Amino acid sequence: MKFKVLVEVDLKAAIADPAGATIERALPALGFENISQVRVGKAIRFSLDAANSEEARQIVQLVCDRLLANPVIEDTSIVVEPVQASD
Amino acid sequence: MQISVGVVVFPGSNCEYDVCEALELVGAIPRLVWHNESNLGDVRGLVIPGGFAHGDYLRPGAIAKFSRVMEAVIKFAKDGRPVLGICNGFQILTEAGLLPGALQKNAGLRFICRPELVSISTRDCVITSELAVGSMLSLPINHFEGNYTCDKATLDELLQDDRVVMRYEHNPNGSIDSIAAIANQSKNVVGMMPHPERACDDLLGSTHGLPIFRSLLEAAK
Repeated sequence: MKFKVLVEVDLKAAIADPAGATIERALPALGFENISQVRVGKAIRFSLDAANSEEARQIVQLVCDRLLANPVIEDTSIVVEPVQASD
Repeated sequence: MQISVGVVVFPGSNCEYDVCEALELVGAIPRLVWHNESNLGDVRGLVIPGGFAHGDYLRPGAIAKFSRVMEAVIKFAKDGRPVLGICNGFQILTEAGLLPGALQKNAGLRFICRPELVSISTRDCVITSELAVGSMLSLPINHFEGNYTCDKATLDELLQDDRVVMRYEHNPNGSIDSIAAIANQSKNVVGMMPHPERACDDLLGSTHGLPIFRSLLEAAK
């Protein structure tokens, strides 16, 4: 089966995010006064062949642990979706 | 007998020749080791120099840690041989799990390139045996991701085991406890953000980096 994978890598809540803070500081100058808690992360998309969605999820978790994220400073969230034949 | 010290080169490393020159100045024989070599040969110490290994893609050091040479580097470190990671080399050592913690973007989100004062916090590691605790060095820093961070348990462990090697006098990047350099548990692997190789000649404004390379050479003997 083919799966479409989205991995989002974000800095842990306790880790300062200077990019997010800079964006947040810039927003009031554009008239956006009501935005807070801006955080900047990465989105990584790829395709994966696996027997089923459980195996797909396990593989993606392994890829995250070994390469995509540094668990000292980053958290990941994973979305795995089967690709329909009509896609 | 002259001691050979390896300098690991990844695609994107850019401080390897400065490190070689610094090693020569203290009497070592530098030997460049390419990232896909698996044999370190007769080297008795190792330096992982600064730069942008593999373009710093994904995270600094994230791709470099899977280079073929890193298996040999990890074994070399586990055998107790001296290993010094400078700047990007420090980032690679944390990614490879040889040093704890991580280096995140500088507080203030600026790339910083200037000399900084650092004080020596311990003599008990492979790069400070020729220095006194409390002595001050002026060393250039040159980084965007040099803000050392770790969880509280790791910091407590570093402090308790006397593994903080250097601290900034005027913390330039937000590093926890002003940390500029740390050592592993057995004190033979050290990572530092400042560039001692750029402070080895009066022409460059300071020779404060020389005792670091002298200490490393001593440990390599």
